[in-house]
Amino acid sequence: MTAVLTTRPGPPSAARIALARTRLELRLFARERQQVVFAFAYPLVMMVIFGSLLGGDETPGGFSFPRYFLAGIAATGIMLVSFQAVATSIAAERETGQLERLQLLGTPPVAYFAGKAGQVLVTTAVQLALLLPLARYSFDVPMPVDAAHWLTFAWVTALGALAGTVLGIAVSGLGGSAASVSTSVMGFAIVLQFFSGVFFAFPELPGWMQQGAALFPLKWLTQGMRSAFLSDGASAFEIVGGWEHGRTVLVLVGWVIIGGVVCVRTSRWRRGEG
Amino acid sequence: MTTTEVVPRPATAAGADGPAVRVRGLEKRYGGRAVLEGLDLEVRRGEVFALLGPNGAGKTTTIEVLEGVRRRDGGAVTVLGEDPARAGRAWRARIGVVSQGEPAGQALSVRETLDHFAAYTATPRSTADLLDAVGLTDQAGTRVGRLSGGQQRRLAVALGVQGRPDLVFLDEPTTGMDPVARRQFWELVRNLRAGGTTVLLTTHYLDEAAELADRVGVVSGGRLVEVGAPDELGAALRRVATVSWTEAGARRQVRTDAPAAVLRDLLAVAPSEVPGLTVTSPGLEDVYLQLVGAVPTTAGGTR
Repeated sequence: MTAVLTTRPGPPSAARIALARTRLELRLFARERQQVVFAFAYPLVMMVIFGSLLGGDETPGGFSFPRYFLAGIAATGIMLVSFQAVATSIAAERETGQLERLQLLGTPPVAYFAGKAGQVLVTTAVQLALLLPLARYSFDVPMPVDAAHWLTFAWVTALGALAGTVLGIAVSGLGGSAASVSTSVMGFAIVLQFFSGVFFAFPELPGWMQQGAALFPLKWLTQGMRSAFLSDGASAFEIVGGWEHGRTVLVLVGWVIIGGVVCVRTSRWRRGEG
Repeated sequence: MTTTEVVPRPATAAGADGPAVRVRGLEKRYGGRAVLEGLDLEVRRGEVFALLGPNGAGKTTTIEVLEGVRRRDGGAVTVLGEDPARAGRAWRARIGVVSQGEPAGQALSVRETLDHFAAYTATPRSTADLLDAVGLTDQAGTRVGRLSGGQQRRLAVALGVQGRPDLVFLDEPTTGMDPVARRQFWELVRNLRAGGTTVLLTTHYLDEAAELADRVGVVSGGRLVEVGAPDELGAALRRVATVSWTEAGARRQVRTDAPAAVLRDLLAVAPSEVPGLTVTSPGLEDVYLQLVGAVPTTAGGTR
């Protein structure tokens, strides 16, 4: 049946395990009906509620309310499937002993995190593929005007989703039970959404809120989304009078790389063991 | 796939690279409370070694230190020639663990779970083989969350041996299994042993230790108090026989290391037959209970 091996090939590469994990994460996600419905319906419901209630209002620059806030809704939807979903799932996997098994198998942490990121990127794409047509056909929100704006939309989405994933990994590492992580993540996400100008025009927020939000990915994700959906002239209504693409890339990439390295270095598979 | 040579390890080479596990003076404290106080242990390559001991004796802590998932506070530990606290992925690939935790989500089927974890090892056994070996072929399409406790244990066993490890740790592997599943599991362990795999298991079931193990170690109070083949464990204790008989309607018994002398005295004063006379030597369970201090070990005296 089995025999001790005299020669043993080296363990599979982290990339191969990451691919297997992405497939696993997607399969598990698809089988959690509540999670699927929540992740995909949440931005749609937000769009319908805000669009219907405030459809006639105007925002800085004279844009219709749905047009200005599509950026915020897209950004908060991405944070939901990246930051919130990742933090909650890691805490649960730690609690049920799944992470301990990964440790026993010698799984490279980077492969585990890459699996999370792969799943997040796919669900983010599906989520936006549902949200944009709704905004376009029900609320007359114009789509990005040209290829350059679509490109901006793509890189903002990808970097935002990855930065949200890293933030989720970082928060799950603070410890606590799955239930307590889930609660604190929810609270943190709500506060961050208000600070980051998801629900209000960002320039109208108090200065200390703006500065606090600038430390986290969501503010930059929302601003980047505005730059993709609004006309170029609208940048005059941002705080600094421009889209700040350079700084957006810097902050988001900083979160992904620095945050990612810190998470890989300090990841803990088990509760209560340093 | 990379080609891999699969050949049984010759019996003569079993000890060539030193023991599979060598532990000297292992210490572990949890918040000031000592759990392991100088435990010594040696597991030879290719043998099945059973750790016995009451709850809280330190069996699981010992296994976790050997697996490299728990830090020790003192002592020297070598597992397959390396210190588990510092060993890397190549070492992990040679270790198999039957973990108590959930595999990879309740919503995954048994087959999907095995197929998924095959990606983590360079030398996976086929899913069909594994399903057959642990008797889960009929449940291959069942979701993990719907398995019974015993079936989940069997899946854990399958995952533990999936990467063809040189050394397998089994921490109370048969807890929750029905008698049929237990026997199937024993067969699996025997097959592992026949293939040259070293097995270190903990168990509460003495019949399991007697059935499977080449050697048994008894852990009590954070130390290994006795080690030997199942039928030789506690040699001094085993010399003590119990002579019992019925006298004036009451059962009498004498524990002695000289049963012949007791019998001679007994027969000398008996009018004819001695009713209900038996002489028994202690089994593994009696020896075990005495070793862990659950029953007194002193010979002699009637009760």
